[in-house]
Amino acid sequence: MKEKYIYQISIFAILFCTLALFISAVPEVFLQGRIYISYLSIIPFTMILALALTPLIIAKEIDLSFPSVMAVSGYIFSQSYLSFDNTFIAFFLSLAFGFFAGLFNGLIVVKIGVPSIIATIGSQFLFRGLAMILSGGTALSVIEIKETFIAELFTGRWFGFFPAQSFWVIVFAILVWFILFKHKFGNAVLFIGDNIKAARMMGINTDKTRIILFIQMGMISSFSAILLTLEMANWWPTNGEGYLLLVFASIFIGGTSVFGGSGTIFGTFIGAIIIGIIESGIIAMGLDGFYTRFIYGVIILIAVCVHAKMLNKGKL
Amino acid sequence: MEQVLNLKNAFKSYGKTEVLKDINLKLHKGEVISLLGDNGAGKSTLIKCLSGLESFDKAELTINKNRVNLKKYDIKNARDLGFETVYQESSVGLEQEIYRNIFLGREITNAFGFIDIKKEQEVSMNLLQNFLGLRGVGINPNSNVNSLSGGERQGLAIARAIYFDSKVVILDEPTTALAIKEVNKVLNFIKTLQELQKSCILITHNILHAYEVSNRFIILERGEIKADIKKDDISFDGLQNRLISIQKEHL
Repeated sequence: MKEKYIYQISIFAILFCTLALFISAVPEVFLQGRIYISYLSIIPFTMILALALTPLIIAKEIDLSFPSVMAVSGYIFSQSYLSFDNTFIAFFLSLAFGFFAGLFNGLIVVKIGVPSIIATIGSQFLFRGLAMILSGGTALSVIEIKETFIAELFTGRWFGFFPAQSFWVIVFAILVWFILFKHKFGNAVLFIGDNIKAARMMGINTDKTRIILFIQMGMISSFSAILLTLEMANWWPTNGEGYLLLVFASIFIGGTSVFGGSGTIFGTFIGAIIIGIIESGIIAMGLDGFYTRFIYGVIILIAVCVHAKMLNKGKL
Repeated sequence: MEQVLNLKNAFKSYGKTEVLKDINLKLHKGEVISLLGDNGAGKSTLIKCLSGLESFDKAELTINKNRVNLKKYDIKNARDLGFETVYQESSVGLEQEIYRNIFLGREITNAFGFIDIKKEQEVSMNLLQNFLGLRGVGINPNSNVNSLSGGERQGLAIARAIYFDSKVVILDEPTTALAIKEVNKVLNFIKTLQELQKSCILITHNILHAYEVSNRFIILERGEIKADIKKDDISFDGLQNRLISIQKEHL
């Protein structure tokens, strides 16, 4: 229990240091509100994915197909909006695809027994291919969608400045935290990652639990794609591709163990913020955009080394 | 003595290999029996079937005078009927808190499935202090199980059985891989179970441990019961010789 707090303090310290560095380097940017508003509008897309993926990682599973699920979902959302001129139909069709994509992954992993890393590499190609086939490789512009109720609800600027998506992502974070640590479903997830044999012997339906985890990941991928489409008013075939590593980086910076059985939603939350602020921070500092990845690398490695060191200490 | 379990004519095979051949087994209230026998004698299969993890091909099972429908018999059903199984090392989640382990699969929840953590912690504290005898050593229900010793981990699994008022506790090699001091803890837990009038089925390779806590010994060899001996009728040496001679016959 105590260990967990140390994790959370250390991850918070990393965020604080990163931010302090940026503020001292470019106070004219980082002491003003605008950059933070822009963070509030872009970070939720990665964060919501990272929050949804964290329980899967805790259950010792992985999903590499979510960027492709996003592509197809975003396409379905945009295309059905253009065809039916109804955002609700578009919304539900898109989520339905996420549901079935997640179910598909879950069944391959749980019922056929393919390790999830392999299964989702396969389905990642499959779904990306599907997006290409459906769209013929061309982008869709949905500029009028900005005027709809759903756009105002999910990505509008509340009170004239506050990006709605950051409200929804906070709601989602709290929900995931409650389910993971206070609900019996979360209890099952923790034990599946820790000792799946024990979970099974204690009467936990491990198959069902894992399939539900894949389904929620699929549906949240769709939801993130919908948010992205609403924000950008645009869909393009490589939609989602850039998120894969950022999402994993957020989770592991946050301190969730790759070995399963333990993890932190707070850590993922802060991890996603760290990942989210780096890029524009670097550019504001006057460094070349080429430095971004290098600095991601530095911060990720520092964070995981700190976690590993503390983990070993706790085990002694 | 009141009968809690009666298994008649139990058979089980994997493919062409007959693992259990016409097993008949009775267990009484407050009785501890040991299943002895070599590797592959069928001990594990027998308890897996009894605890609902696997199913008999054919058998008649009566628990507390109720005939069990073996077609619907699974882990959950077995637990509802009062079976609790303690597997060596594998029935706890090491990275999880003690209270989560005790209530795994049987959480105290509200109508929405949210766990009453405070209640679970109170009950766990009580079990830790009064059953495991862990008082004021810095261990509380929020500690992770990996802060407990090997014997205490087994005790935790046994404590589940006590809290949920199980009638029959099955212990699969509970003393394997434990240091002597830890073995004594586990044997004491088994004695406590007996004092609480619970019945136990103990599987072990260690005849010494079996002899210390059991009332009756059942020797299995190649899927058949070769001997069913009361402790009062046999000395430790006698038991050892009997076991060796049965195993020699089959060599």
